[in-house]
Amino acid sequence: MKAAPFEYSRAADIDEACAWLAADENARIIAGGQTLVPMMAMRLARPTRLVDINRIAGLSYIRADGDAIAIGATTRQCDLERDALVARDLPLMAKAIPWIGHAATRARGTIGGSLSNADPAAEQALMAVTLDAVLNYREAGKTAEIKARDFFIGPMVTALPAAACLTGVRYPVWRGKIGIGFHEVNARRSDFAFVSAAVQVELGADGMCKRIAIGVGAATDFPMRLDSAEAQLTGTMLDAAAVKDAVTQALADIEAMDDLHASAAYRKRVAVSLACRAVADARASALGEKIHAH
Amino acid sequence: MSSLGKFRYVSTDRRVREDRRFVAGKGRFVADIVLPNTKHVALVTCPHAAARIVGIDKSAALAMPGVHYILDGAELAAATLPLMTGLDTPNVPRRPLAHEIARYSGEWVVAVVADSRALAEDAAEEVIVDYEPLPFVLDAEQALESNDILVHEAHGSNVLLDKTFTWGEVDKDFAAAPRKLKLRVKWGRSSTVPIETFGVTASWDPWRDMLDVHASIQMPRFQDQIAVALKIPVTSVRVHHDVDVGGSYGVKRGIKHTILCGYLSRRLGFPVRLIEDRLENMRGGDAHGPERLFDVEVAFDDNGIVRSMKMRALENVGAYAGRSPFQLGKPVGAIVGPYKIQSVQYRAVAVVTNKTTQDAVRGFGQAPTNVALERTMDEVANVLGLDRLEIRRRNMIRHDEFPYVIPSGTTYDSGDYHALVDKVMAHTSYDSLKAERDALRAKGLLAGIGFAACLEPSGGNAMFEALLNPKIQTTTFMDSCRINVDGVGSITATMHTTSSGQGHETLVGTAIGEVLQIDPETIRVVRPDSLNSLPSGTPVGSRMAIMLGGAAFHAATKLKTKLTTIAAHDLGIPLERAGYDQGEVYDKNKPEHRRTWLDLVQIAWRSYHRMPADMEPGLAVSHVMQVPTGGVLPTADGKVQMYPCTSFEFHFILVSIDPVIGRPEIVKYRIGHDCGTVINPKIVRGMTMGGIAHGIGAALYEEFAYNDDGQLIAQTFMDYLLPSSHEVPDVEIIYHVTPSPNTVFGQKGSGESGYLGAPAAVANAINDALKPLGISTNSLPIKVSKLGDMIAAAQEKKSKGN
Amino acid sequence: MRIELDINGETRELEVEPRTTLLDCLRDQMQLTGAHAGCEHGVCGACTVLFDGVAVRACLIFAPQAQGSKITTIEGVTPGPGEMSVIQDAFCETHGMQCGYCTPAMVLVAHALLVDNPNPTREQIVDAISGNICRCTGYAQIIDAIALAAERLRGANRPVEQRV
Repeated sequence: MKAAPFEYSRAADIDEACAWLAADENARIIAGGQTLVPMMAMRLARPTRLVDINRIAGLSYIRADGDAIAIGATTRQCDLERDALVARDLPLMAKAIPWIGHAATRARGTIGGSLSNADPAAEQALMAVTLDAVLNYREAGKTAEIKARDFFIGPMVTALPAAACLTGVRYPVWRGKIGIGFHEVNARRSDFAFVSAAVQVELGADGMCKRIAIGVGAATDFPMRLDSAEAQLTGTMLDAAAVKDAVTQALADIEAMDDLHASAAYRKRVAVSLACRAVADARASALGEKIHAH
Repeated sequence: MSSLGKFRYVSTDRRVREDRRFVAGKGRFVADIVLPNTKHVALVTCPHAAARIVGIDKSAALAMPGVHYILDGAELAAATLPLMTGLDTPNVPRRPLAHEIARYSGEWVVAVVADSRALAEDAAEEVIVDYEPLPFVLDAEQALESNDILVHEAHGSNVLLDKTFTWGEVDKDFAAAPRKLKLRVKWGRSSTVPIETFGVTASWDPWRDMLDVHASIQMPRFQDQIAVALKIPVTSVRVHHDVDVGGSYGVKRGIKHTILCGYLSRRLGFPVRLIEDRLENMRGGDAHGPERLFDVEVAFDDNGIVRSMKMRALENVGAYAGRSPFQLGKPVGAIVGPYKIQSVQYRAVAVVTNKTTQDAVRGFGQAPTNVALERTMDEVANVLGLDRLEIRRRNMIRHDEFPYVIPSGTTYDSGDYHALVDKVMAHTSYDSLKAERDALRAKGLLAGIGFAACLEPSGGNAMFEALLNPKIQTTTFMDSCRINVDGVGSITATMHTTSSGQGHETLVGTAIGEVLQIDPETIRVVRPDSLNSLPSGTPVGSRMAIMLGGAAFHAATKLKTKLTTIAAHDLGIPLERAGYDQGEVYDKNKPEHRRTWLDLVQIAWRSYHRMPADMEPGLAVSHVMQVPTGGVLPTADGKVQMYPCTSFEFHFILVSIDPVIGRPEIVKYRIGHDCGTVINPKIVRGMTMGGIAHGIGAALYEEFAYNDDGQLIAQTFMDYLLPSSHEVPDVEIIYHVTPSPNTVFGQKGSGESGYLGAPAAVANAINDALKPLGISTNSLPIKVSKLGDMIAAAQEKKSKGN
Repeated sequence: MRIELDINGETRELEVEPRTTLLDCLRDQMQLTGAHAGCEHGVCGACTVLFDGVAVRACLIFAPQAQGSKITTIEGVTPGPGEMSVIQDAFCETHGMQCGYCTPAMVLVAHALLVDNPNPTREQIVDAISGNICRCTGYAQIIDAIALAAERLRGANRPVEQRV
């Protein structure tokens, strides 16, 4: 299980990386390599050139940026896992990160790599969609941005132009009485999710839902937001029955994936339950209640 | 047999001597051994479930840099003999490379030899094979019932074995019993999947006529099989046993790999090595394990006493036979488990299909059989509304009934099943676990308690061979040990096989140290190559504590006798007056009158004039041990003395299931374990824990799943799911010791412990959890999504019913 | 291509194909065979090495990528010929292995864990080794080994009679 031959370039800066991509349509960026390298080892991916962006200065950072947290593309999952700013301002991401692979893969895997790879089951893709992240990229000497909800367009397919390289991601920070919920089902804890659900909620002083984001991952070709449910539930007390109705309706017509590990019916059914649980957890955590593990 | 009484080293909590090298990364695994000028093999594999090989174009691949040779099945078949098979099925030949027809997806078709593994893989992509896809059959029942698609046309059917045994008055017992119950149980295709794949380096020296083989093997008669296939004398095959094997648990057989590399090395004149990569290993390493369908019917009375059992076991062995059909035979030696079922009809059926070939897996077919038995015991209890533990107690053989002869003719050596069960239940009371289960249920979860009372036949003869193939008349199953005391008094002992983590060097040192009353750490244990070895059966069938430990014991006893004889002669006293104490021999009447260890070494090595007449000089002894209770062929009516010892394990677990998600979580795991005298507690605990983890894998996670096109879809570690530390619960082991009367220290086997009962316990616990929903599942592995879908369907039905 | 690697504190210059993984490079070109190939696709963990002190999969890193980082292998954490570290000794004490194939990786993971967290809970130990598959032991004696090593390392400054 050895990769097919390729050329290797260590890019000094992001424009050099983009230039390599522009020069060869079969060139690929390598960041953490935790997905790309196994694919190459099995010769399911055969780039002619790997452009290593790991050592580009200034691509790995976590910092406050106005009302958002900005994270550099080569920031490793393990850095996010330990970061105090992430823990404080992006609690949903902090909760989801331990579900990404295991410690050894989080030690190398990067946020930009995970997003570019666009695995339907990837926790980072779900986070970006749920938190309305904005992705920044560089192409031909120019900087551009794209919303996470426009970025993912299919399983392992993104809207990123061929010769572009992600540079960073901005996650708007929610202030106020915030609560989060995250649930995931997989075969073993470190495996890819069969279904995952992420919820962030802002409650008013009276406990009423002022704002809610509900994301479901791994069930469909790319992570989805339950827009109709969010609209229905905003302004309510997030009563369990109402949540169930709203979530069930929002997921009624999805075409769930079917594979060796989980049937489509399973994914669809469990997505409803996980989303409901995540909403309940988010509400409880916003109210400062202890969350009971299921 | 044992007269040692209290032990000096046996059963004490001593370190395992092998461990030092492993913690430093200094194990010597096959991939660590690189001979000068070694070339590397990569394989071209068949992408179809069945296909005729119409043509092979090697030209592009041969022209690539670093490529030395491209071997196809036709050339290899012309030059070598097919692999040895166990059953008498001459028209089902098995070869390292497919010849004319490839019979499963992933089967090896062409071998490429190149300067590096990467170059060999590059070239393998350029070999163009023209295939004509053929119809294929994947399902065992279809293969059995229809001859429309034949995996091996010359064989005339897909059935390799179909043999029915009737032991006792089955019809009469069924007619007389007031109650009957039928059950179908499925054991999914899984295996042991060691973290080290199989690897071999073969190196032919034409000037010495010697094939040196370094391989990660666990295979009886390995060198014989290589030599026969390559048509060279066994004396021209030298298998190096000082290779550490990175896990095996049965499957590291590697005959086809070694024939392939042996042929290539002889053909090409340099060492050739094949270290399977994970894809080659999973698809074409021929290391899958049982895939078995059981139809069980039992006859019982209103008290739950099971009188008789009919069992049909249908095994899907994959495309070629190998030894795997024999895995239907080994369970004959424990076909009634720990229970007093008085008559049994057993039909063993093995069919070929277009799936990967199997090999031996931990327990050799016993773990699946135990699931069938233990699921049945639960269902008998359920039908009668009796408690599942109580029903086991009523049926279990009592301590005072041993030695106990089961209907299939095997004598169980010893056991105290009720005592061990009581000990486990005293440790964690049934009532408290029931309360815990009910508390989980009250929270809205599904929860269930599972029991499994299972036997581990141990001591590893292979009487199933003669039972299933009357042409095989083998009743000799040996292991051996040689001890030499050198001229300065140090002891070196030998063992004659590889090990894959069982701590055999520690075992040999402990057994000899015990007999000679000498610190085992001072005893060197080495592994001569096959040409310098005495007969050994290798570590199969939970046999090494019994057989290698036994051989070491007997060799040490011979040495002790020799030392005592020399000393008595030198002291001028009769032999019976000589006493042995920690390497010294003394006059029992006058204890200060003695010869030290060094005195005796001096006499044996250098003072022939002080030796008893006609005694060999030196202190070299050896012992070749025959398996206890062995040496008898099966009777005409199919009764057989299988293994000499039976260990017992009793699992008691609590599982909870989130009904929405369907994921079983093991909340509590207790196991009672009786493997007779424990030689090394650390080793035995590790074996049991590893077996339980493996059993949990087989019950919940692991399956070589195929799609309808006959493609193996669980061929990586992302799809074939091995339990990690997250999936293995804390386990409490409760020990009980019922020594075996058949072994030197009273020991029994433990190498398969845990694995033999864990799948049954998990399946029973899940079914107990499902009972309130009125559903059950008898098909392993019980995967999360499958269970979730089942529960959802049951709940929907229930809500509609309401 | 020509690369320079910092392995166990020594700088080594090597000629590699870019596709050579760090694992193959260590094993084939530097004879550091304590890292083992198990799956070569990043799941089993048998190839674990420390990359700037952090446990990573050597099969998922191409050798040229390692230039500029400090690589530590099992050979690098072994104190000397025939001499074991506290962690290695604890693995021997509990028999935290059988076949030994996954063992060097487990020792390195334990090493990384205990540097970071000298007082891990059982759950933290379970989590730390969850990316490393052991097929022999069922993990119990590995977990015991790491807990024992942690206890002994913590006790190193205690009076002798209070040490484990």
